[in-house]
Amino acid sequence: MTTVATKSGVGRLRPAPLRGPLLRGPLLGAVGVVGFLLIWELTTRTGVLDARYFPPASDVLVRFGEYAIDMAFWRDVGATMSAWAMGLAIAIVAGAVLGFLIGSSRLLERFTHSTIEFLRPIPSVALIPLAVLLFGTKVQSELLLIVYASIWQVLLQTIYGTKDVDPVADMTARSYGLSRWHRIRYVVWPTALPYLMTGIRLAASVALILAITAEMIIQTPGLGKQITLTREGGAATSMYALIVATGLIGVAINLVMRYIERRALAWHQSVRREAIG
Amino acid sequence: MKVLKSAVLLVALPAILIAIWWVATIGNTNYLVPTPGTLINAFFDTWFGARFQADMLPSIGRLLGGIAGSIIIGVALGLLVGSFRTLRQITEPILEFFRAVPPPVIVPLMGLILGITDEMKIAVIIFGSMWPILLNTIEGVRATDEVQRDTALSYGLSRADRLRYLILPAASPQIMAGIRQSLSIALILMVISEMTYSSSGLGFAIVQFQRNFAIPQMWSGILVLGLIGLALSLLFQFVERRILAWYHGLREVQRA
Repeated sequence: MTTVATKSGVGRLRPAPLRGPLLRGPLLGAVGVVGFLLIWELTTRTGVLDARYFPPASDVLVRFGEYAIDMAFWRDVGATMSAWAMGLAIAIVAGAVLGFLIGSSRLLERFTHSTIEFLRPIPSVALIPLAVLLFGTKVQSELLLIVYASIWQVLLQTIYGTKDVDPVADMTARSYGLSRWHRIRYVVWPTALPYLMTGIRLAASVALILAITAEMIIQTPGLGKQITLTREGGAATSMYALIVATGLIGVAINLVMRYIERRALAWHQSVRREAIG
Repeated sequence: MKVLKSAVLLVALPAILIAIWWVATIGNTNYLVPTPGTLINAFFDTWFGARFQADMLPSIGRLLGGIAGSIIIGVALGLLVGSFRTLRQITEPILEFFRAVPPPVIVPLMGLILGITDEMKIAVIIFGSMWPILLNTIEGVRATDEVQRDTALSYGLSRADRLRYLILPAASPQIMAGIRQSLSIALILMVISEMTYSSSGLGFAIVQFQRNFAIPQMWSGILVLGLIGLALSLLFQFVERRILAWYHGLREVQRA
């Protein structure tokens, strides 16, 4: 780093050009991960960090391995993931249908705008007491929070997408006598799809956050509940292992969502960007 | 006429919804749904008395402290990591992992490490909501225009000047997008850190109301959180429009 710092200035115009094997990036990434684990291991083993609060990396990995062959752990993963999937599915369907309706009418959009802008910033977690009164520790509580948090991403992106229809394309379709259904299928749907996919990707990670939150606070079954239990039992190593598990689930969701998005939009040539609103 | 129409459109749906709510609760039998009048009374009685100082101010203080911390740390680290390609490649998988960890799991973690303190709540907000800012800053720095960067170098701008006049402005649209994501995470973390380990704050108060079946008060607490969320998003929009005025102008020109 220091060499770069001293070299930069008038003399050197361009940062090092792409050079070396193609694997440089992933290789350095692996070095980073291993280095991180080593630092974690060393600082905790030598007592720089208090082992009561910071269990060594190797202990956490061993505990994680034990979890991986434990059926109870997988049941919790299953509970978390099924609540996530159900909540996300409801949010996607409801958000897309409403978003399409609202987005296709200028009047309806202005009519609902203030209400949406007021309801959207209410943090989903504020509804926790209500969910508890309504459903107790049943999975419906969790679904209420997940749907409320993730529907806005889908709804707003779909509204933007539906509004984004090219007026020339729409008028061309009209003058060629395409039926309403065909216009929706061949003009509106392809325009709105990239936005919808962005909305779904954002909603997927929000839904996981709320699934874990509901399990931690309301104690609906799942990984979040287990994390709270390990905390109460003072089992720091188990807690770290479970947190690593939630992180891996988060990474997996991100990867799968990006893959689905790429597949669904493989035909889509132009640059896509998130609607800023 | 046009102004009148927009005004009508703005208030029409909220007015209709409140009217439905009011009519539906006239013969109130459901204890879960208070009448609009009860809710308004509960709202003022509850939050503009002793609780304003005991719960509302501490909560807002923690929230703002946490947001400020996550912006400072996120942007500073992002500028550092984004400026060096090797450093960026080394840290990328780890940072992606940290971003994917659902932020609420940090609450019990910080509870374990720091105990039940104010610092713990602020630390939770910082470490939970800094990731979108950090990763967006890295991405923004990385995507700085090559030609502009070379120009700045060949004009002999110092490192500090390049940071101040080129890289920071170039990355600012991305940084603001990251901050927008972080705000809602910060609010969630404030509420749940208070719900779990606290004896004051909005999250604590709402759970107490629910446990004592003080339903109108509970609803008024939900309303307060909604209003804080609304205020945050309005404040953010205002600041964003100020800071990114040049960017929105540029986009307008490009689109036309």
